[in-house]
Amino acid sequence: MNDAAIPKDTRSAPAPETSRPKYIGERVQRLEDPRLLTGTGRYTADIRFERMAHLAFVRSDQAHARILGIETDDAATFPGVIAVLTAQDFSEIPDLVAPSRMKNYHPTHCPVLARDTVRYVGEPVAVVVASDRYLAEDAANAIVVDYEPLGASSDPAAALLGDAVFLHDEVPGNLVLERSFATGDAGSAIAGAAHVVEGRFRLRRKSPMAMEPRAYVADYDRGRDALTLYGATQIPGVVRDELAKLLNIAGNRIRVIAPDVGGGFGGKGSLYPEEIIVAALARRLARPVKYVSDRLEDLTSTSQGFDEYVEARLAFDDDGMFIALDAEVIGDIGAYSIYPWTAALEPVQVASFLPGPYKTPHYRGRVRGVCTPKPPTGPYRGVGRPMAVFALERLVDMAAETLDMDRAEIRRRNLVQPDEFPHRIGSGIIWNHSGFTECLDAAVKAVDYSGFKERQLLALEQGRWIGLGIGSYAELTGIGSRIAVAPGMPINTGNETATVRIDATGAVIATFATASHGQSLETTLAQIVAEELGVRPQDVQIVQGDTGMTAHGTGTYASRSAVIGGGAAILTTRALLKKVKRVAGRLFDVDPDRVETGDGEIYVPGTNHRIGFDELARAVYSDMATLPLAARETLESQENYDPVLGTTTSSTHIAEVEIDPETLSIRLTRFVVAEDCGRMINPQVVDGQVHGGVVQGIGVALLEELEFDATGQLLSASLADYLIPTSAESPHIEVIHLETVLPDNPGGFRGMGEGGTIGAPAAIANAVADALAHLGIGISELPITPSKLHRLIAAKNLTKDRE
Amino acid sequence: MNAKIDIALTLNGEAVTGRAEPRMLASDFIRDVLLMTGTHVGCEQGVCGACTIRFNGVVARSCLLFAAQLDGAVVETVESLGAPHDLNDIQKAFRKHHALQCGFCTPGFLMTVSEILQTLPLSTDHEIRDALSGNLCRCTGYEHIVRAVRDLVNQRDGVQA
Ligand code: FES
Ligand code: FES
Repeated sequence: MNDAAIPKDTRSAPAPETSRPKYIGERVQRLEDPRLLTGTGRYTADIRFERMAHLAFVRSDQAHARILGIETDDAATFPGVIAVLTAQDFSEIPDLVAPSRMKNYHPTHCPVLARDTVRYVGEPVAVVVASDRYLAEDAANAIVVDYEPLGASSDPAAALLGDAVFLHDEVPGNLVLERSFATGDAGSAIAGAAHVVEGRFRLRRKSPMAMEPRAYVADYDRGRDALTLYGATQIPGVVRDELAKLLNIAGNRIRVIAPDVGGGFGGKGSLYPEEIIVAALARRLARPVKYVSDRLEDLTSTSQGFDEYVEARLAFDDDGMFIALDAEVIGDIGAYSIYPWTAALEPVQVASFLPGPYKTPHYRGRVRGVCTPKPPTGPYRGVGRPMAVFALERLVDMAAETLDMDRAEIRRRNLVQPDEFPHRIGSGIIWNHSGFTECLDAAVKAVDYSGFKERQLLALEQGRWIGLGIGSYAELTGIGSRIAVAPGMPINTGNETATVRIDATGAVIATFATASHGQSLETTLAQIVAEELGVRPQDVQIVQGDTGMTAHGTGTYASRSAVIGGGAAILTTRALLKKVKRVAGRLFDVDPDRVETGDGEIYVPGTNHRIGFDELARAVYSDMATLPLAARETLESQENYDPVLGTTTSSTHIAEVEIDPETLSIRLTRFVVAEDCGRMINPQVVDGQVHGGVVQGIGVALLEELEFDATGQLLSASLADYLIPTSAESPHIEVIHLETVLPDNPGGFRGMGEGGTIGAPAAIANAVADALAHLGIGISELPITPSKLHRLIAAKNLTKDRE
Repeated sequence: MNAKIDIALTLNGEAVTGRAEPRMLASDFIRDVLLMTGTHVGCEQGVCGACTIRFNGVVARSCLLFAAQLDGAVVETVESLGAPHDLNDIQKAFRKHHALQCGFCTPGFLMTVSEILQTLPLSTDHEIRDALSGNLCRCTGYEHIVRAVRDLVNQRDGVQA
């Protein structure tokens, strides 16, 4: 591992100097691992109850059609069938509507089961409840739905045309949203510029594709009128809040628990009709209800990602300094505007992050979100930024080529320089100090960049096509309420509350509203609490993902949990430590400031005062003789942390590829990431997040594509057709960590869970374009596959022949 | 066709029986009838490898077998490896190298690794990547899994890392 240490300037509040052992920054082995390694984890599909009923959904096989009738009589007589239900059986549940205060936004109405119209293949139309899943599926197969096709355009540009069929009456022209950004006058700046490059870029639709398909189990306690929903979700708090409304249950009668969750990547970050139905049916039937989706259902009904066109122009002067950027973004948002994020999330982020980490004085960006008869899009790792960075970084390379300027040099000139922070980009985003130029320099240094041209020429002489590509970007992470509230969504994602308590046995329990699904929060949050309190990480029990434990909270997504959850952990544990010291000072009869803690002991240096947390707890809670009543403080603290704004994470990715001239297969030969994520809580966990993100980015660039035909039928409906990277396609990944300036938050942390997926597609696209430079072929669509390369080369040869 | 049959097998060293319809998938039988839920189901199409078990000593995808085929067989699942407080060497290497994140794919990888360590030389990382390519992981990017296996191969071969 390549760990470059860069001197730090600690603007953030450092932990008070103590001799306490340090756990933040250590490669602490994960506390969740022993159960996950031994088959003793508990994922939703592992949960079972007596008398549990199983669901199978009947899903639309038409993209846009009117439902003329649903024949369920036969199915209802099948063995084991308890009930067969259609939309009319759920008429009391309001439609899912994702509101927003954004101007020019039209929310859609999504019923839990299609009422009279279906709008995508895979939309749930009916549900069978049976004693066993196999029997439920047998009956579901016997249900016949009669459709009248309504037509619709699966291409977003065509869906915007005047004669297009409308998918929703309430969405005129299929235009769900439109938003513009402008700083300066991009139009005239481009008209007057010495050089302009332009392109039309396309990112194909993806599936987040967590290995665990979505699953839900609801258990209803009739006697107590209490409903518990276990779900493979990233957002138990959001689900609880909305279910309480939709099912008209008091929040204290419904508890949503995310047990072990097998990955999310955004796909488990929205509210789904299936979980509403599971919860509603458990209550209605007064028995436990389970639904586990299969891979086909997951591919057609879990929210999908990306899918947009960007037409952009970049103007620059003879020195390569950027002058203006202009972009038109069309996002294919699918059939519904997803709850709670709205359809604006992905395409608007494309336009708002498009100016990237560079100083470009003039910017104009317009984004339009268009509905098409495909599954709804939602958050997917990177959200908007993979497309923005791909388009911009291609333009930057094209600009360098125009001027015959070095590609690293043109970036170096235009990046926001260390002394220029904070910097506001043309869309209004403000970058705080982060290692923009430092990351670029570190990545370039790691790959023998200056020697590459020579290697490339040599390879070409031997008939080998190799290329190198750079992808630099910045992102906002750990976003606080001022930014989170801006789009007018119905939820507050900007804060976290932590509760840390020492129980009567002296054990430490820390409760959060986060919901880890691979992020290692049981370990990293324990490291923070342990270091701040003076115990060992393995002695801290982290409780999360359970709405019964917290008043409010949303979950884990958007690279927020380390920054916001970690910040809350620090503030709360510091408050608790004050109490611990006060009580111990009283017990030892010394000034509380002289009390120290470490590895589970409370002591006064230089004296023989030394007790364990268990003894402190006993003195406070159980032993009524040692402390006067007034000194028996409850050993529990609760603090809230809201970063208000966000922190800037920056990175440069460099990819090297080799393309086989015969088969046109693209192989990644090297991948380097230099990133500044502030102070690392656990470097091994950070590396793991970067590796995983990069490999998803490789999928974005080279493999993954949800392909639909003109009528909206999904053509890549299995893992054999929708290819994700395996170990064989994944390269060794080198990660260089820079800690330039620490952000101004309690821990000095920056979020980093998504970055890998943001930088990799751009770097790979640029590397492939570089490898094909001798043929004069650029890359403007991802994924780029051997067959698409073949078409590009054939088209090029054709134009050459014509010339 | 839906009449249940008795299926008797040796599961993780223990003689067990269960009743299932012959069409039931072995993965569902192991999880829902024998109640060993460490074996995961990610695709039911034989692609992801999350359901990998040892079937008469050889790794197999339990979603591609029928429960009926387990009758008389010797089956090992992830539960046959070490326990939470007593991890085996493969599990320890996975933990040490942070070769799992959400853990959903992990049981399948552990079963695959337990076999390839016995059957393949795995002298290069390239070979390790090839040998693991039948198991999908969406979280780790494979880097740390490869390192864990490299460590295990070195231990096996007495090579100093
Ligand atoms: S579940 Fe068997 S291979 Fe995926
Ligand atoms: S650890 Fe999550 S899929 Fe492998």
